[in-house]
Amino acid sequence: MATVHDVDVVIVGAGGAGLRAAIEISQRHACAVLTKVFAPRSHTGTAQGGVCAALGNEEPDEPIWHVYDTVKGSDYLGDQNAIEIMCNDAPRAIIELEHMGMPFSRTPEGRIGQRRFGGHTRNFGEAPVKRACYSADRTGLVMQHTLFENAIKHGVRFFHEFHLTDLIIRDGRCAGAVAIDLLTGEVHVFHARAVMMATGGYGRAYRVTSNAHVGTGDGMWLAWRAGAPLEDMEFVQFHPTGLWKLGILVSEAARGEGGILRNRVGERFMERYAPTVKDLAPRDMVSRAIITEIREGRGIAAPDGTQYVHLDLTHLGREIIDEKLPEITGFARTYLGVDPTREEIPVAPTTHYAMGGIPTDTEGHVLADHTGRIIDGLYAAGECACVSVHGANRLGTNSLLDIIVFGRRAGKTMVAYVAGADAPTLPADAPDRTTAAMSRLMKGSGSESTAKIRLELQEMMMRDCGVFRTEKGLRDAIEKIRELQDRCRRVAVSDDGTVFNTDLVEALELESLLGVADAIATSALNRTETRGAHSREDYPARDDEHWLKHTFISHRPDGAHEIAYKDVDLKLWKVDGDEKHFKPKPRIY
Amino acid sequence: MRVTFRVQRYDPKKHPIPVFQSFVVEDVEPRDAVLDVLHRIKWEQDGSLSFRRSCAHGICGSCGMRINDRNMLACSVLLKDLNTRRPVKVQPLPGFPIIRDLVVDQTRFFEKLEVIKPYLVAKSQPPEFERLQSPKDAERLFEAAKCILCACCTSACPITWSNPDWLGPAALLKANRFIFDTRDEGADERLGIIDAPDGVWRCHTVFNCNEVCPKEINITGHLSELKRACTTRNV
Repeated sequence: MATVHDVDVVIVGAGGAGLRAAIEISQRHACAVLTKVFAPRSHTGTAQGGVCAALGNEEPDEPIWHVYDTVKGSDYLGDQNAIEIMCNDAPRAIIELEHMGMPFSRTPEGRIGQRRFGGHTRNFGEAPVKRACYSADRTGLVMQHTLFENAIKHGVRFFHEFHLTDLIIRDGRCAGAVAIDLLTGEVHVFHARAVMMATGGYGRAYRVTSNAHVGTGDGMWLAWRAGAPLEDMEFVQFHPTGLWKLGILVSEAARGEGGILRNRVGERFMERYAPTVKDLAPRDMVSRAIITEIREGRGIAAPDGTQYVHLDLTHLGREIIDEKLPEITGFARTYLGVDPTREEIPVAPTTHYAMGGIPTDTEGHVLADHTGRIIDGLYAAGECACVSVHGANRLGTNSLLDIIVFGRRAGKTMVAYVAGADAPTLPADAPDRTTAAMSRLMKGSGSESTAKIRLELQEMMMRDCGVFRTEKGLRDAIEKIRELQDRCRRVAVSDDGTVFNTDLVEALELESLLGVADAIATSALNRTETRGAHSREDYPARDDEHWLKHTFISHRPDGAHEIAYKDVDLKLWKVDGDEKHFKPKPRIY
Repeated sequence: MRVTFRVQRYDPKKHPIPVFQSFVVEDVEPRDAVLDVLHRIKWEQDGSLSFRRSCAHGICGSCGMRINDRNMLACSVLLKDLNTRRPVKVQPLPGFPIIRDLVVDQTRFFEKLEVIKPYLVAKSQPPEFERLQSPKDAERLFEAAKCILCACCTSACPITWSNPDWLGPAALLKANRFIFDTRDEGADERLGIIDAPDGVWRCHTVFNCNEVCPKEINITGHLSELKRACTTRNV
């Protein structure tokens, strides 16, 4: 018999978005935060470089320039109304974090320190601007801990190590969520008036990723399966500088402090691809540049045949590196035996961020379809959501901002909603799909291995849904996904224990990985243009006439997922009339 | 290269008394982390081996374990840093009840954290913009603020093993982070909490915490600062 908890709000995920929403709600309503790892371990904590706002503490800055950079950075797919909200709210949001106690690096005057970051410019693209507020190179760590500490202060109720297994949506209304308590193996049902998804990304669908092992796209998959559409799944960000082969993130901050990318012959190759901002070009451009350099024979070959380029920090000086980039230095030394003060760091693109996800409006409501109708009682924020503020490519430091701005907005929306909403009916069969899945996995034929299927998926995604895509590759990808989904049905976990069964967790996560991979590959095959991070070698140009629109994909059990489209919000161009800055142009840096 | 891991197993039903199990793993590299080998064991040999991990690069604090009798993050210690000619011993963090294999119950660890009020206490109205803080004052708390709550320190402290009420290095480090944060107004309150027999005075400067901290924080030094602050009540 599953335990049923009756609460007002359930938040799934305890990263920045989930915690900020929980802090907003907990003082008014009974709120339960489910998290599959202990809350402080959430992936927000691994963010390094910074969180941006036009505070103008070091150089003059304006929110409208931030809006411009974000719109252009998104390759014009970002919704302009949402981007405007985020960038206008940014200064308040960061000051609020500082008031909550977040430690920041400071200017000599004692203000929050800001540094340069990729794609962030002054005066509509004139030159890089210091907009990224930072705390050494562990901004995410201190933000995550500050939010966790404030959640403790506000008495937020956590259900640590509860793994989400199902979302209950009936008749267009979300009634709750189902999760497994890792400690006991028991199924718990959370009956709630509102459920918020803050479950992060899916980097582990790929072999080389900056993402933690928790990044398996559970929330996106379960929402999709439960009837919510997914938006813009084809847009996967590959961060240009992951440690070679390991994928561990080397923050863009390294380039913000003056680091330079070099190819085999020592050339600063970004001068050719982005003459104005060079190494601080948006991530999709830099990743493509690196792969192109490698393809054209100017990469550096490792003994095992893989290729990389160099990130040169040697000219920055020990003081800057020790003070501003200590974590990155630690990684390079620990994992590759490289001392960044004296040697160049081997780097290559690494799967990093999901621009797409569960579609929402600017208030956190999850959309039921491309017409903007909402699913009652279901909310989403953070990386798992798609508002869309990042469009086809995200600028660095905009994600830490996204999570606190939209986490708070969703929190406020839920506070108001719960005050007036009746409790939905909890169907008697709420736990059934979960108990059936557990039963199948614990007693299955066992002729297939979770780890093997997962590895095959990850290798295929790197090859066929990576930086550069082709029609053939994407069709192969979909075919492979079908094969793996079929084999997945014959997986049995070898651990038959009930206490902390991580084998079971990995088998459940595999379903999520296959689900999001399916959405990514299908959406990518469908979009016959190149925009932002989605590069089609067979359709290398951006096609605004046919493709200036969001992809909405709805799950069908037979694999014939339905695709519809939603217009991009072009408020700043069409409504406010600023054609000069907000009408789509070729993206040149 | 080949390595043998002797891993402590515990399952309340299967191995209710902890027992060591040996695994031989072929084709490992000197630059593989202990965590990589544990994954290979789990994925290739025994799926029932349970351990916590997430970021795999020393930030999330999930994978604290006792490796060759020393607390470390499994993701941050490479095989080349161990003597792999002999079996590598892998055990859960000591001082906490074992839930399963290498997974320990950290409830008490987090409870101690809450005791010291681990959040900014500032009753006065904040300014319109950020509270000013000099670079020197900001850096003062950087070392303590980079703690990842991995529990290697508290688990390595012999006082933890014998005294369940001892606040522990991590909670006290967090207390230091706030007491010496120039924006905080709760110093007196917190000093009152830690100026107690099982508070900072239970620290006997054993230095085990310093030895094991994966972020190389001078924890003992921070606790000594707290002792001085308790005595002088001058922060």
